[in-house]
Amino acid sequence: MSYSSNQRSNFWKEFWKYKDLLKLLVSRNLKLKYRRSVLGYVWSVLNPLLTMVIMTVVFSTMFSRNIENFPVYLFCGQLLFNFMNQSTHQAIFSITSNAALLKKTYVPKYIFAVSKITSGMVDLLFSLGALVIVMLVTGAPFSWHCLLFPVVIVQLYLFSLGMGLFMAQANVFFRDIQYIYNAVTTAWMYLTPIFYPVEMLPDWLRGIVTHFNPMYFYVTQFRDIVYHGRLPSFDLLLAGTATALGMLAVGFWCFRKSEDKFILYI
Amino acid sequence: MDQKPVMIDVDHVTIRFNLSNQKVDNIKEYFVKLVKRELMFQEFLAVNDVSFQVRQGEAWGLIGTNGSGKSTMLKTISGILKPYKGSVTVNGSVAPLIELGAGFDPELSARENIFLNGCVLGHSEKFMQEHFDEIVDFAEIHKFLDSPLKNYSSGMRARLGFSVATMVKPDILIVDEILSVGDYKFRKKCEARMKELLSGGTTLLYVSHSIDEVKRLCDHALWIDKGVARMQGEAKAVCDAYMEVMKK
Repeated sequence: MSYSSNQRSNFWKEFWKYKDLLKLLVSRNLKLKYRRSVLGYVWSVLNPLLTMVIMTVVFSTMFSRNIENFPVYLFCGQLLFNFMNQSTHQAIFSITSNAALLKKTYVPKYIFAVSKITSGMVDLLFSLGALVIVMLVTGAPFSWHCLLFPVVIVQLYLFSLGMGLFMAQANVFFRDIQYIYNAVTTAWMYLTPIFYPVEMLPDWLRGIVTHFNPMYFYVTQFRDIVYHGRLPSFDLLLAGTATALGMLAVGFWCFRKSEDKFILYI
Repeated sequence: MDQKPVMIDVDHVTIRFNLSNQKVDNIKEYFVKLVKRELMFQEFLAVNDVSFQVRQGEAWGLIGTNGSGKSTMLKTISGILKPYKGSVTVNGSVAPLIELGAGFDPELSARENIFLNGCVLGHSEKFMQEHFDEIVDFAEIHKFLDSPLKNYSSGMRARLGFSVATMVKPDILIVDEILSVGDYKFRKKCEARMKELLSGGTTLLYVSHSIDEVKRLCDHALWIDKGVARMQGEAKAVCDAYMEVMKK
């Protein structure tokens, strides 16, 4: 039971061969997202900004005593979580919605999931512009630590990639994954200190969140850098990186293991 | 002939499909069936123990009735399906034309789709840039280059797909009954293009229900009947034998 062809011999060689496809798919995703909208890419900035304003109005009366500069605090968490949430939700369908193509021609299948996560990340980079605007408007201090933001984004990107690959392959065999994942991410959002300080959680729950919620690792690191203007703690950096690489390994391994069976189920 | 290198080696290939009546695609059903021990795998062998070797520069026609496994065979050679038993060895680049313009995005313009489809076939963006004009010339779509592909007719889409796939000289060209949508003039043009590629050393695998076309284009033929290879050899002999049986 073997298929040998020089197309498949080497993973990295193949990845290199199709790198332009990845680039085109990412630019297609971005292009189609805002096609026929007057403001175009401005929505990448405007959208999170509007959500942030609403959430600030709603929550600032509840938490403003504990948190100074609530808009920036909220925005740091919200941007990162939204990226993970939206890009993995799109990656879930990356195999099933490209069924027609995958049945007709040979393309490395992971490329579709990778393209969804990557275009989500490009979107996130646009949205960082909105963060800068909020920081300027609220008079938040800028420190050189802000320049460390790629460290956090890379961790989160790798984590989301692993998550997206895992979800995409699982959804081929069980279409209920998409609904289950919906519920999971909603719970996940409330268990991540996005609009409340983590100290508000009861002790037992706080232990769980700070030790087992990967989004906590990333959001807190990001806040250390941008909001507090200090280096993130080494423990968080280590935990975040380890989780990201672990998730990527699991997602990638599951995907490679099952990808040959996709064609029979899509 | 024998000194030419083998391009495609299909060695005792069997391809299996799951024919189970209901598709179990959600977890609840999966567990219910698992508990009731109904998770059976009704197997169906779309291709059963087929072997053949294609040498460089040969043109093979695959003939057979509907559902006999021709397309499945082609998909396995393209790398889309994996054989259940046996092995397929392919030496060289494959341009599969199993459906023209698979990989086209209807929302994007023809210009963007040329690049997208080229990259789906494994070419680089730079390479597509160099061949862009040739592709547009062959497909004759200058006027509509920037309108979205969803406004194209199926014939125009087929032209574009064929141009993209054959503009680059592939080592192996796989063509699966796709030219039927084009008009007469375009089909002639495609045939001429395929002959040109053939004389340039490209190996061709061709599926068609038009026996005349197979006779005209191919030098060898493989007759698959219900997944089993009935006969292979010189195109004319195989086609005649096939027609003999069909007429009965």
